[in-house]
Order: sequence, then structure tokens, then C-alpha cells
Amino acid sequence: MARETALDLRTRLQEWIPKLVLAPSVAVMLVFVYGFILFTAFLSFTDSKILPSYGLVGWHNYWRLFQLPTWSLAIENLAIFAALYIVICSVIGLTLAILLDQKIRGEGMLRPIYLYPMALSFIVTGTAWKWLLDPGIGIEHTLHLWGWTSFHFAWIKESDFAIYTVVIAAVWQTSGFVMAMFLAGLRGIDNEILKAAQMDGASNWNLYRRIIIPQLRPAFLSAFVILAHLAVKSYDLVVALTGGGPGRATELPATFMYSYTFTRNEMGVGAASAVIMLMTIAAIMVPYLYAELKEPK
Amino acid sequence: MRGYLGKTLTIAAMLAMSAGIARADGSVEVLHWWTSGGEAAALNVLKQDLQKEGIGWKDMPVAGGGGEQAMTVLRARVTAGDPPTAVQMLGYDIQDWAKQGVLANLDDIAAKDGWDKVVPAALQKFSKYDGHWIAVPVDVHSTNWVWANKKLLDSLGIAQPKTWDDFVAALQKVKDAGKIPLAMGGQPWQEATMFDGVVLSVGGPDFYKKAFIDLDPAALGGPQMVEAFKRMDQLKGFVDPNFSGRDWNLATAMVIKGDAAFQMMGDWAKGEFLRANMKPGVDFMCFRTPGTDGDVTFNSDQFVMFKVGKDQQAAQNAMAEAVMSPSFQSSFNVVKGSVPARTDVPDTAFDDCGKMAMAQLKQANDKGTLLGSMAHGHANPAAVKNAIYDVVTANFNGDYDAERAAKELVKAVALAQ
Repeated sequence: MARETALDLRTRLQEWIPKLVLAPSVAVMLVFVYGFILFTAFLSFTDSKILPSYGLVGWHNYWRLFQLPTWSLAIENLAIFAALYIVICSVIGLTLAILLDQKIRGEGMLRPIYLYPMALSFIVTGTAWKWLLDPGIGIEHTLHLWGWTSFHFAWIKESDFAIYTVVIAAVWQTSGFVMAMFLAGLRGIDNEILKAAQMDGASNWNLYRRIIIPQLRPAFLSAFVILAHLAVKSYDLVVALTGGGPGRATELPATFMYSYTFTRNEMGVGAASAVIMLMTIAAIMVPYLYAELKEPK
Repeated sequence: MRGYLGKTLTIAAMLAMSAGIARADGSVEVLHWWTSGGEAAALNVLKQDLQKEGIGWKDMPVAGGGGEQAMTVLRARVTAGDPPTAVQMLGYDIQDWAKQGVLANLDDIAAKDGWDKVVPAALQKFSKYDGHWIAVPVDVHSTNWVWANKKLLDSLGIAQPKTWDDFVAALQKVKDAGKIPLAMGGQPWQEATMFDGVVLSVGGPDFYKKAFIDLDPAALGGPQMVEAFKRMDQLKGFVDPNFSGRDWNLATAMVIKGDAAFQMMGDWAKGEFLRANMKPGVDFMCFRTPGTDGDVTFNSDQFVMFKVGKDQQAAQNAMAEAVMSPSFQSSFNVVKGSVPARTDVPDTAFDDCGKMAMAQLKQANDKGTLLGSMAHGHANPAAVKNAIYDVVTANFNGDYDAERAAKELVKAVALAQ
């Protein structure tokens, strides 16, 4: 009898311990992630300026947000940046992964070389590329010194092209990481299938197009999720690379949100922009994740 | 007996002294962003003055040029109910914080030391809220300055330009000689700093006041504003193609090295010239933006005093008094490159540019042409200031022409209010 209760207690404890251990982090998550999301959403409907305040103003902050030329520019920039960044990173990452997967010599050395930029923070990447791209001291200057004086590359100083320099720096930083993800995916493909396909006379091109790349679907999913969220939250790279300039030409929603909330004393508008950012991400990610994860194995 | 009395007196004096220390006991916690070499040295003067009075100094530096990071830290501290004793702050931020009801009242010391009489009225507008003293001004910088490399100008036979047309002609002459006429850093605040002087040169103090302080839409979108933007377009033609994103001190270095002739920048630029061992009037020149003689657009660093516990108030008051003492105002501003925030400080310790600035400050104060700098948050609140930045930088980077910029300015300011 006594043994039975002891056993009972033990099983019950075993059932409870995981829940107990997880409870604090769940509580913390609830408050500091979801709680503050709700708080931000609430602030976006208030007249908060320098500190949170609780006078409700309805949709006024949203109305003002969409009147601001800087905000439309930030959205446009994000669209350009995110689209190019995700596509180029995936293409370069996949190409590098396929090339590295050809059982070449020195792979062990090459892989980390491509992967290392990811170890840098975006601030370092931004500063280094700022110097490289600066026509006065960087690539253009060097090529002029080497005698190619007609060479001209000053995108970082031109309002219409500066956003593409952000893409360049971001792609440099992340494609190695995407490569590693695809490489892992490639290594996970069953060799038997490939051999069977080769026996049936599939060309290399067809092999990749019809068998290997479709099987990389989970890797594509992870790459997309990671790249998309990096794109939307990218802040430090812009700050270090262009400081939002020339003028406001490379302003992104994240830099917009920070400047309105913390330097312009317009917390209400800042909160509204944060809510719009969240909605945008949700609008893209939720259907995608839903479609991908629902799929039966 | 005498010895005995002497001893007693000594002991009494010692007791009194220790009591004095005990009364002033406590320390001040100061949040600021003066972390660069010269600034830190200047602040050290205050720290030592206070230490002499037995008041400890808890330094809380948060680096970052315009104090943006410092303000973020401050928000967190105040929200948590634990504000620092004093915080370095600029312009309308002070009033915004005063509205939150978290600042101390310094009226007693102000009355005792007669601050009302010695601090320029335009500064008092920021140091007081609702008629009560809440902050102590440390320095006065002004923004309508032009800095020039004298050797370069002499070699090209250019005299100090007196009018705007002179100035443009001088710039053209430098350009023809193959040098960079105007050293410039393309960051919104630097463009706005230049805009301060340009607007003042177009319309004078009355127009400046109407546009930037009263925010009158007719002035903001009027023909004079269009003219001001046209002058900005003119100036744009004289900067090097590589200007955007450059820090202000690198632009100053271009003038110091003689690569560029002029820079339009606030008087913090003077420190760079002095550090390069250049002498005012001999190696470099300082003069007001042509067409703005007698007018001063200022910005002033102030220490804002926050409401603290009773035990901290003595130390806080002592700090406020120390900041306002003429000797500190002199020694601090000599190091910092600005001018004292009170008009009764002797100018003997200052260099020629400093002496000139002090005389002009006094003159502008008397004439009522001492105006808050728009670019540095002393003409309108942060939201409006940044809205103006947006338009000025869009114009300077070629997105808006002068007419469109004036129109957008009216819209942007209305939206930010």
C-alpha cells in the first residue's frame, strides 16, 4: 500500500516536473513577449509622446503614419531589400552548397571561410562595407590608384541606389549561413534515390531540378523564415552602413520605429509602426508556415 | 589658557567642518554624454569643484553624440521611479520632461544667487517651467558660424565675405582654384545646422522667429523660405561629391588640412581647430554666416534637476550652485569652446573667437535677437524639429526643389504638431 502511493507520487512528480520547470519561462514569455505586444498595440491608440500616456486617440496615429513620406519610403525600401536579400541569399547559398557538395578537396577548409561572415555582428559588417563602398577611400579609390580612373561606383552616396548597398552587405554576411543550411539538406538526401535516377539515365541537370532541389523543401522553409525575419528586423546594418542616409534614403521600418519612439518623442506613432510591422510579418509568415507545416509527410 | 582656548576653537572648527560635510553629505548622480576627450576634461572641473565641498560624484556617462541613447536610459530610470540627480539635456526636451512633473524646483537658490538677472532671457525660457527654475544652463553654443582656413583664403586673395553674394563669389573662386569650397557632412542634423544660418540670412530674426518658433504656415511656405531653400541648393553646388554620411569633425579636418575653404558649423568646431594647434585670426577664421551679424542662434546644454529624496536635495542644490558659479562657467566653457550661460562672466580667459562670441551673445540678448537654434532643438519640440530635418535633407539631397520643399515643410510641420 505504502509502496503504491510512493510509486504514485513518483509518477505524478515525473508528470509534473517538466511543467514546473517550463512554467517560469512560459510566464516570462507571456509577459515580456505577448504582454508587451499587446501593450504596444494599446500604445498605438494613445497620445503617448515622450513616455507612455493613456489618453485614447483612436486611429489618429495610424492616419498620421500613412501621411508621412518617410514611412512610405521605409516600406518601399523594406520591400526592395527583403525581396532581393531573400532571393539572392538563397540562390548564392544553394549554388555554393551544390558546388561544395561535389566531393571536392579542401571542403573542410572552404566551408568555414564561407560561414565566417555570419560570426560578425551586423555593425562590423556595416562599418567595413561603409569603408569599402565609400568612393573616397574604398574600392573606387583603390581602382583609381591602380590606373582605372574611369571606374565609378558611388551607390552608397546616391539616394536611388543606396538601398542596394545594404543588400550587398547583408547578402555577403548571410549567404554562407544559408549555404550551410542547404549543405546539411543535401547531405540528408538518400543516395539510393540518386543512384536509381542515374541508372535510369537522368542527366545531372534533371537530377538537381527534379529530385534534389524539391527534396530540399524543409531547408528552403528554414532559410526563408530566417532570412525574412532578419530582413524585417534589420536595423544595425543600416545604422552602421548608411545611418539611414543619404538624407532618409535608406530608412527601414525598424529604424523608423526607433527614431519615432525614442528620438522624436512620438511614441504613439512609433507604436503604430511597430504594429504594422508585426502585421506585415504575420501576413507573410502565417500562411506560408501554415501551408508548409500542414502538409502530410 | 590661550593654548587651551585655541585647542577648543580648533576642535570646534573641526566639528563644525565635519558637521558641514555631514550636511552636504551625499552625492550626485549625473547622466550625461560628454565622453569625448575635451568634453570629459571640461566636466572634470565640475567634479572637482563639488569634491571640494565634500559631495561625491557618481558618473553615469552614456556615449552617443546627440544624447539619444542617454535619453533612452533616462526613460527607463524615470519609469522605474529612480531618476538620476541631474541630467544633461537640450532645449525642448527639458520642457517635455517638465510636463511629466518629475523635475525639482530650484527657485530658492535662483532667488538667492540672482539668476534671473544674469541668465539671458532666451535661455530662461528653457531653464524654467511654469515660472519655476528646473534646470541650470552650463554653456551656450551658437550655430550661425562659418569657419575658414585663413592661409587658403589668403593664397586665393579672398577676404572675409560680408554679404551672401560675397560668400557665394568666394565659394566660386575656391571652386575655380580646384579646391573644395565647402566642407560638409551629409547628415540631416548638419544640413539643418547650415539651414539655421541660411534662413536667418534670408529673412533676419523676425522671419526666423515666425517660421521656426511660432511655426507660422505663411512663413514656412512663403517666398522667403523658398529663397532659403534656393540658397541651400546653391551651397549644394559647392560641396564635394563624397559628402554624404561624413561626420562633422571629418569635415572640419578638411578645412584644417587646407583641402576645403569653409565650413558652416556650430562653435564646437573651434575645438578641432585649437587641438590642431591653429590660432584664431592667424590660421583660421571665425565669422557669422554672412547676413546674420548681430543675430545668434543658440543651443545650450543644461543640467536638468530631477525630483530626488530629501537626503539628496542638499547635494543637488550644491551642484546647481556650483554649475552657475562664474568661475566654473568660465573654466568649463574655455575648455569646451562654448561661451558662459551668464552674461556677467569676464572674458579674459577666452580666445578671440570666444571673446567675439561673448560680446555678440550679450548684444543679441539686449536686442532680442538671441534665438533658439532649430537644428538643435531650441526653437521647437523634437517631433517638429525632425519633421523639418526630413524636408531639409530631402532638399539637400536633391529629392525636392526649392518650391516643393517649402510646400512639404508646411505639411510636415502641421503633421508633427
